[in-house]
Amino acid sequence: MSAPPALSIESLVHRRDGRTVLEVPRFELPAGARAVLVGPSGSGKTTLLSLAAGLLPTQAGRVSVAGTELAALAARGARALDRFRATRVGLVPQQPMLFGMLDALDNLLVARHLAGLPPDPGAARELLGRLGLAQLAHRRPRELSRGQQQRVALARALVNRPALILADEPTANLDDDQAAAAIELLAGQARALGAALLVATHDARVRARFETVLALPARAGADADSGEGR
Amino acid sequence: MSTAGLLLASLRARPGATLLTVLLVALGLATATIVTLATTQLEARLERDARGVDLVVGAKGSRLQLVLAGVWHLDVPPGNVPLAAVDELRAMPGVAQAIPLALGDSFRGFRIVGTEPAFVELQRARLARGAPADAPMRAVLGADVAAATGLDVGARFAGTHGLAEGGAEHGEDAFTVSGVLAPTGGVVDRLILTPLESVWRVHEGEPADDEERRELEASREVTMVLVRYATPLAAATLPRRVDASDRLQAASPALEAARLFRLVGVGLDGARAFGALLLAMAALSVFVALFQALSDRRRELALMRLLGASPARLFGLLVGEGLATTALGAALGVALGHGAVELAGAWLAPRGELPLTGRDFATIEWAWIGGTLALGALAAAVPARLAARTPPADVLADD
Repeated sequence: MSAPPALSIESLVHRRDGRTVLEVPRFELPAGARAVLVGPSGSGKTTLLSLAAGLLPTQAGRVSVAGTELAALAARGARALDRFRATRVGLVPQQPMLFGMLDALDNLLVARHLAGLPPDPGAARELLGRLGLAQLAHRRPRELSRGQQQRVALARALVNRPALILADEPTANLDDDQAAAAIELLAGQARALGAALLVATHDARVRARFETVLALPARAGADADSGEGR
Repeated sequence: MSTAGLLLASLRARPGATLLTVLLVALGLATATIVTLATTQLEARLERDARGVDLVVGAKGSRLQLVLAGVWHLDVPPGNVPLAAVDELRAMPGVAQAIPLALGDSFRGFRIVGTEPAFVELQRARLARGAPADAPMRAVLGADVAAATGLDVGARFAGTHGLAEGGAEHGEDAFTVSGVLAPTGGVVDRLILTPLESVWRVHEGEPADDEERRELEASREVTMVLVRYATPLAAATLPRRVDASDRLQAASPALEAARLFRLVGVGLDGARAFGALLLAMAALSVFVALFQALSDRRRELALMRLLGASPARLFGLLVGEGLATTALGAALGVALGHGAVELAGAWLAPRGELPLTGRDFATIEWAWIGGTLALGALAAAVPARLAARTPPADVLADD
């Protein structure tokens, strides 16, 4: 009767170079719900986001997004997985990572184009408006402030109306007020779309704002996060 | 936002590298285009003027000189042959037609050619106005001659001795223009045609009595004879037979033209090689520009993968960038090449020796353009393949 969970994980184990870097026995994020993913550096937060986005292949266990099991999808071909990720998962990276040669509006439209969706400039403009960027639609990223760039990146993650939004350290390098506003914005936009939200962070200020917490234990011998996700 | 828009935006993001590649492609293809146009037009011109002439028979000397003087009217002839040689030739088996030419005089740098009406037919020329030169001291002007000198039907002029400008004037013997030929695009446009008798009269003067007249007539000469074979077989026997004579020599325009092109060919090949070298450098520039951009664009490419672009799409995008740059340069190069040839043609036109136009398009140019585009795509293919392998997970590579 109810919609399938936005993210469902069972017996997930991920190993790299013969070493277990991530182990999640069970986790479920209901449709439209939100949760925070916490853990010290090296605990596998980025790996988990990559697995949930289908950027890394599932080695053992099950990862399902909006009722679709990613390993089964990948078995149908890389193209099917690319398409699914582009349309069902919105990823907000820690760095805004916008296309420097395109203006804000085109950065949104290119996400629709690459996902194989028809262009919808009206909806893209409305989304920019909701994020307070209406007047900046034709500015290039270098003409925007860091905060404005991050909002464009958020708008891009939302433009294809995904079922699941994954945010990687959205409050890094932000002061208290900015961090609170950023989380408010993420949560508000996810709610407006009916999308589930999973925020990876080691920021205690963020953790306090979420009821559901997926905590990853520190891993013995784990070094810094660099290299994760590869 | 479309694929083309994305491609153009990527190129605009690196204006320096894009411009360098465009210029290299343009210069390379322009060089190749200039050489191609000049040679094809020169070959077409030489071939057109030699049409219907299988053999040029004249005095002993350089064969190339004989053909240059007799067919293309570029060089001075090696000497004269007796008029009797024309009848001898006509009596030989395998000769379908023999048209005598008597050269020696000119008017303002245009050659006065004593010949027979058959020469006009051979050149496929027809009168634009007036009448044929059917009596001595009457002349028909080629279209360029009429245009350059301003002479028209009814006008009188005196030739000067020698084929270049500035010779002594044959004062008392004036020609009357009887007609003007329509333009043919061939060498006849720059000739003044008159009956053979005119040339003899100008040089002989009035004989005092019948005996002197007979003597003069017996010593009459022509400069060369244009021969058309009756059968292809004549090519095997006729030149040897002519060469066996102690006064005559035969030269084939086709063979001499081929020899001429072998002589100039080294220079043309050099120019072509230079064009090819520029194009190779252009291809290298495409390769370097895309290869260097790979690391700068790693995040961008990973992001495209993340947003749903397939590896094939990234490959296509980068090859498309290389191809678009090359195509832009190719279009510029073709325009540059044609423009340069047109300019050269306009500059050479008053001298008339080598009519060139940039408005013709040679079929072989397609090969150069196609080759250039293929080279551009090939140079882009290697970096594009590497780019296509960018894993989307690289977006989250470091936090």
